[in-house]
Amino acid sequence: MHVGLFIPCYVNHLYPQTAIAALELLENQGIQVSYPADQTCCGQVHANAGMEKDALSVYAHFVKVFENFDCIVSPSGSCTAQVQHQYAALPQTPAVQKVRERTMDLSTFLQNIIKTPRIEALFPHKVALHTGCHGLRSLGLDPRPLLANVEGLELISLQFPDECCGFGGTYAITKPELSAKMGRDKLADCLDKGAEYICSTDQSCLMHLEGLIKRQKLPLKVIHLAELLTAKP
Amino acid sequence: MKSHAQLARDFLADENRADWHNETIYTFRQKRDTTVASIPEWELMRQAASDIKDHVLANLDQYLEQFEANATANGVQVHWAADALEHNRIVHQILQENRISRVVKSKSMLTEECKLNEYLEARDIEVVDTDLGERIIQLKKEMPSHLIAPAVHLKREEVSKLFHQHLHTEKGNADPTYLTRAARAHLREKFLEAEAGITGVNFGVAESGGVVIVTNEGNADLGVNLAKVQIHCMGIEKIIPRLEDLGIFLRLITPGAAGQRTAIYNAHYHKPRTGTSMHIILVDNGRTEQLGRADFRNSLKCIRCAACLNTCPVYRRSGGHSYHATIPGPIGAILMPGKDLEAYGDLPFASTLCGACSDVCPVKIDIHQQLYRWRQIILEKQHRLSPKKLLLKSSLPFFRRASSLETAGKFMRQLLRLIPRQSFLHQKSIWGLHRDLPDAPKQSFAAWYQQNKAHDKQR
Ligand code: SF4
Repeated sequence: MHVGLFIPCYVNHLYPQTAIAALELLENQGIQVSYPADQTCCGQVHANAGMEKDALSVYAHFVKVFENFDCIVSPSGSCTAQVQHQYAALPQTPAVQKVRERTMDLSTFLQNIIKTPRIEALFPHKVALHTGCHGLRSLGLDPRPLLANVEGLELISLQFPDECCGFGGTYAITKPELSAKMGRDKLADCLDKGAEYICSTDQSCLMHLEGLIKRQKLPLKVIHLAELLTAKP
Repeated sequence: MKSHAQLARDFLADENRADWHNETIYTFRQKRDTTVASIPEWELMRQAASDIKDHVLANLDQYLEQFEANATANGVQVHWAADALEHNRIVHQILQENRISRVVKSKSMLTEECKLNEYLEARDIEVVDTDLGERIIQLKKEMPSHLIAPAVHLKREEVSKLFHQHLHTEKGNADPTYLTRAARAHLREKFLEAEAGITGVNFGVAESGGVVIVTNEGNADLGVNLAKVQIHCMGIEKIIPRLEDLGIFLRLITPGAAGQRTAIYNAHYHKPRTGTSMHIILVDNGRTEQLGRADFRNSLKCIRCAACLNTCPVYRRSGGHSYHATIPGPIGAILMPGKDLEAYGDLPFASTLCGACSDVCPVKIDIHQQLYRWRQIILEKQHRLSPKKLLLKSSLPFFRRASSLETAGKFMRQLLRLIPRQSFLHQKSIWGLHRDLPDAPKQSFAAWYQQNKAHDKQR
């Protein structure tokens, strides 16, 4: 099996450590993984802002880059949902259909394709899980069984587990007060429950939450699921 | 007119109050979740209800005619109103013909939509809303902020003050039982004086020609049964084919608001009592137009249960009035742009597209997808290039070529490093107002991969 690693654009530029962890995790499963260098973005930011027509060329580029892989795996529920669902706006050629079917979130790939993944991680901390909304609702992600493989990890249950963190792409910029309020409420929930870390399937939620944490100097850290599943002492 | 973003900012300025609002409504949501979790056939019922509504919307003309024929045969006078104004005129005419100047009303978002109260009051007719929440906002001269609990944005101290002013209750007494009793005594008088009772309609049954009204307080029944003229105002989308279909809807409609398993009163009206008259006004007011929009048609399946409002993290933290519309919340955000795109074009953006609304909707409206589709239409129509649109447009070529995106990313990282943490840009930009900017790593993943992995892979 040849897996194409799809790294969301902002993760590529701002969070390379998340991408490196995702790659390592996939390689640990003993499969062939490649990162096609000509990939760019899934087009979600433009489409959600109301510019789907303009984004179609970005969609088409994505399909061209990834059409020959057996699986396309991404450490982002949100970008995965974008490809799976919103690429319905493209003419449904066999290549488009194939790419839509074969694009999946990293956790889904580990749970449904690998089934019993090799995970050797140590993370002796209290962790709250925040599954990003698109991953949670559009894809039905539940990475908790994966976390059970992490030694020392104590999973904290949140009071409002499925509440959106308020990022929402351009929403974070166009509705800053609401966005920040939703984020602060999410963090308050984590702190109330005694979490030291908030772990997410999406780095975008974490970018927003980390910005709030640093600004308020809260005793909380963020970590992407891929990093958590490869954490070493 | 202020936009949702501005009104939400105003609402959030009093953070304690916003928290109180959020928590109050979250409690409704939790009750809904608990109830729904205890109904094993919930998903089956949702699907069935959705299918029935789809079927009705596809054959609406036939069902409406059937409904009219059966209602007329029962002795009901059926009227058709193309828009709000015609609806108001018909109501006024019925009242005039019967020389009526005092009316009680219950349970109707439709008359709110048509601004019936204002219309009648301008013609010297007293209209009293009899449901507690609606009476409160009527006295306060406000719009409803919620579909089921129209005064949910008010604290009981505020209601106490309002009642002291209008109903002369004790100053400072905010005991809910005391206030409710005062409202009841006040409303009893109004009921006895009223000569006509107006209600909304939850379901119109085509095969029987009857209307069904779902309430907890029973005011609709009191109003209708005491008056000599009863008027039921009904949106044309409220039709269901058979009585047999009703059971599912009666079970689906109540949990959304606050987890109630069934309403206290499900009232059925089929024909006038002796010596009285019964009218049903079938109102279009933009519904046919929405029916014609394939992408948005199924928003007409809505049974106004309020589940999508209660679950929405934005609604809970911005309040119903921030939607500046008769129908607030996620469902309002997909219905209102169809009525006036200019006035309500901001609403589809009042969402993170988290999808919680679609998940709870008992008739399976794809609310968040419709928000997404409205956004496409709105941006398309936007001739002026807003800064957001300009930025997004000019960034597009970068997203089609990895090498350009790589260069742009490098530039962005350098910029991030250059901006001092205490700078204006950092502290006062829209991102930086509340959040620190991310740290800039030395290199992108693509560059790292090229350095460390790429030649392993070259065969
Ligand atoms: S859209 Fe669905 S959830 Fe919202 S009020 Fe209507 S029926 Fe209820």
